[in-house]
Formats: sequence, structure tokens, C-alpha cells
Amino acid sequence: MSDSTDEVRSYTVRLELVDEPGELLRALEPIATSGGNLLSIFHERGNVTPRGHIPVEVDLEATPERFDGIVDALRDAGINVIQAGAEQYSEALTIILTGHLVNTDLSDTLSRIHESTDATVTDLSLSAPGGTDDASSARIRLATEEGAVDEAMRSIRTVADEKGLHVIEPLAAGGDA
Amino acid sequence: MRLAVIGAGAVGSAVVELASDHGHSVTAFADSSSAVIDSAGIDTAAVLDRKRTDGVVGSDAPEDALSAEYDVLVEATPTTLGDAEPGFSHVQAALERDRHAVLANKGPVAERYADVRALERESEGSVLFEATVGGAMPILSTIDDFDPSHITAVRGVLNGTANFILSRMATEGLDYEHVLAEAQDLGVAEADPTFDVDGTDAALKGVIIANVLSDDETEYTLDDAEVEGIQEISGSALELARADGRTVRLIAEVVEGSVRVGPRLVPDNAPLAVSGTRNIAQLETEHAGQLNISGRGAGGPETASAVLADIGRL
Repeated sequence: MSDSTDEVRSYTVRLELVDEPGELLRALEPIATSGGNLLSIFHERGNVTPRGHIPVEVDLEATPERFDGIVDALRDAGINVIQAGAEQYSEALTIILTGHLVNTDLSDTLSRIHESTDATVTDLSLSAPGGTDDASSARIRLATEEGAVDEAMRSIRTVADEKGLHVIEPLAAGGDA
Repeated sequence: MRLAVIGAGAVGSAVVELASDHGHSVTAFADSSSAVIDSAGIDTAAVLDRKRTDGVVGSDAPEDALSAEYDVLVEATPTTLGDAEPGFSHVQAALERDRHAVLANKGPVAERYADVRALERESEGSVLFEATVGGAMPILSTIDDFDPSHITAVRGVLNGTANFILSRMATEGLDYEHVLAEAQDLGVAEADPTFDVDGTDAALKGVIIANVLSDDETEYTLDDAEVEGIQEISGSALELARADGRTVRLIAEVVEGSVRVGPRLVPDNAPLAVSGTRNIAQLETEHAGQLNISGRGAGGPETASAVLADIGRL
């Protein structure tokens, strides 16, 4: 028997940073000191919000309890957390695609997933031990809006079906199991 | 209790062997071609010996076991799909005589659950089938204790063969075909492992759980389950999962009236990522969070223990 609140989940947090030196480091510190495990940082340089801030997307892993602490710590440090209202956390989603990924145009697969789901591909790892003409596997991390994971999975399944690819889905939203 | 054990495979034989240890006697025991009947109780050791050496349990006709004197009929013949025969008729024969039926055979409760329940309503006898899901693990009785209406979802690893193959592929970096051959050498996988690796066996268990959870409102059969096996899982997919702190397990998931079986990504350290032939069921309860039950999901004495636990509940 175990309690689900002990389990580590993955989260994506969207931040807006002031365009000044040291701001990114200042934003990441509260995550590390509050027990979060940083997975990736997507720094959208050149993409400025209407308020002149720079959007940054951070993937991290933490227990739900620690995650709440991280969001609080970010706010306490004066970091602008744009997607962290109770319902507005976006969700990170990891899938593995297998099959003839390269022959079926991997970049087309990714852009179709992106177009049809509103999900952002935040990380991609490809393994093609038999060369590009053989079956290969890709691990893809996506960020979606809260509550949009089911819809994203449906679209991914449709794209995969059309291309004869195989999807290994996560057990539940947010990497919980 | 006096038991009539139908089916003399690993489970049926283990029930016969362990019955006296649980205070029961066996008055009839049948395999597919023969039976032995003794209202005073058969000599279990001698009969099991005969089964091993001669391949038969006795000199009576197998159907005579159904009309023998007994309190509980133990249905332990191989699982069949569709009409679930002959297991279904065996259960029917017991209930029509107002006797109890305890099943290790998944067919009747996975494919004809409503028919079994209808027969039970007309009978003084009861039907229990803990052994059909998760071997020795008390999954169905736990659901029953909590009441099905307080269980919102069940997820689990319910096939030890598939789990052995996946966990071995992941730890050794070997390919599916290689590990399957090894599993067959070890006796973990059968010569024909189709039902284990294509997800059918796990799906039947998921369907049985769905039937129990729906509390007789909706009947589920294998056709209602979405099933995918592990044959397409490659070593490179497991490698990618591992690099991300995850692994792949064949998960049966019963939630909101749907039954789904397929390979899923789970965190490496999650309770569901059991290794080897171990099974686990995770119950999502309405008021008490998650409840994990793990243990041996197959095997003669293990499954027979669940049968004998059911007999104790009657």
C-alpha cells in the first residue's frame, strides 16, 4: 500500500522573465532549493510577450506537495509565474513512438502532432540502432494545456495510425502511475 | 466441505493436494478423459500419483463427477473464449443442483458473466472466482470488501509472463524474441505464449474486474476490451524509457466502464513497475486513496490458495 502524494510527477511551468542578466538563474534557484528536479528549460529568446517579458518554459519533476512549494517560492522571489493558477498548470506528457520513424518523415510527424494538438514538443530522443531504414524509437516530451492530455493523446494516436507507427502511452496524465 | 474438482492441470491438482490441509475432502476429481469418485473422499495422494504416471485420474467417466456428492464444484479446466464451454456447463450443473461453484477458469465470468449471475440468482449456491484474477492475490475480495461502488479505477500488471519478458528486456537490453525463447526455456512462458504476450489473458482479467465493478449493471466481454500486446516493443524503446527514469509495463486498466490493456510508460520507481513474474493490482478507492496488492499472479499452489480462500468464504 502506498500513498500517491509521495510520487514524483512531471510538470511544466511557464514563466515570464524580465530581460535582464541573471534573471533566468534567479528563476531556477527556487526550483532546486525547494526539491524540484529540473528536466529541461525552453528559453524563447526573440519571443517577447506584450509586456516586454521573455517567456520561459521549465520542465521539472517533483512530488505534488513540493510542486506547490516551488510555485510559492517562485512567487516569493518575485518571478512572474504565468501558468500556475490551480487549474492552469500545463501538463507534461512523455510518449514513446516506435516503427519506421525516419522513413515516415519524423519531422512531419512532429509538426502534425504539434498542429493537431496545441501541444509543444519540448524534448526528443531518437534511437535507431538498426540505421535509419530500420525500425526505430523516439521518446517525445510534450507540454499541453491542463486537461488537454486526453485530446492530445487521441490526436497522436490518429497520426501514428496513419503512419503505421506504434505509440507507448504514459499510464496517466502528468506521468503519475 | 466436500469438493468436486473439475480439471486436473496445475491448479486443479494443487487444489486436490491442499484440500485436506484446509479441512476439506475431495469427493470427485475429473480430468478431460476420466474421473475418480468416492463419497467418503478420494485418496488424493494415490490419485495424483496415478495422474502423473498414467495420465488419468481414475476409471469413471468425467461427466459422472458432475453428479457426484459434493458441496462445492471447483471449475479448473482451461479457459475457453466465446461460449466458455465446457466450463460454463460445469458451473451450470452445480448451481442447478443448488451447490456452490468456485472458478479458476476465466471463461465463464469473462465471456458469460450475466448468464452465470442469472443462474446464481436461481440457485441456493453461490459463485466465487477470486482465482481468475491475479492468482494468490486477494483482488476481487478486496473490491468486494470495499464495495465496488467505492472503487473508481483498477490498474495492474496481471500477466506474469509478459511482465517477465518486459522487465528482462529492460534490465538486460535484450530483444523480445531472445527473452521470449529464454522465458520458454525457464517454463515462465508456455510453448504457445500467444494469450500472454498479445494481451488477451490480461484483458480477460480486466473484463472480470469490470464485471465486478459494474455490479451487474453492464456486462463486459473480451470484445469490449481494447487490447494491445507486447510483441512490438523493441529494446530501443525500453532503452529510451530507461534513460528518462521510466519503464514499459503491460498494464490492464479498468476505469469508468472501459477496459484497456496495452504497454504503457510508468516511472521506474512506481509501484506498478514490478519486475519478473510478479503481479500487482492498484485499486483507486473513493475514500482511502490508492491500495496496492502485489504477489504471485500465477502458479498451481498460488492459484489453488485463492480457490481455497473462496471456499473458506462460502
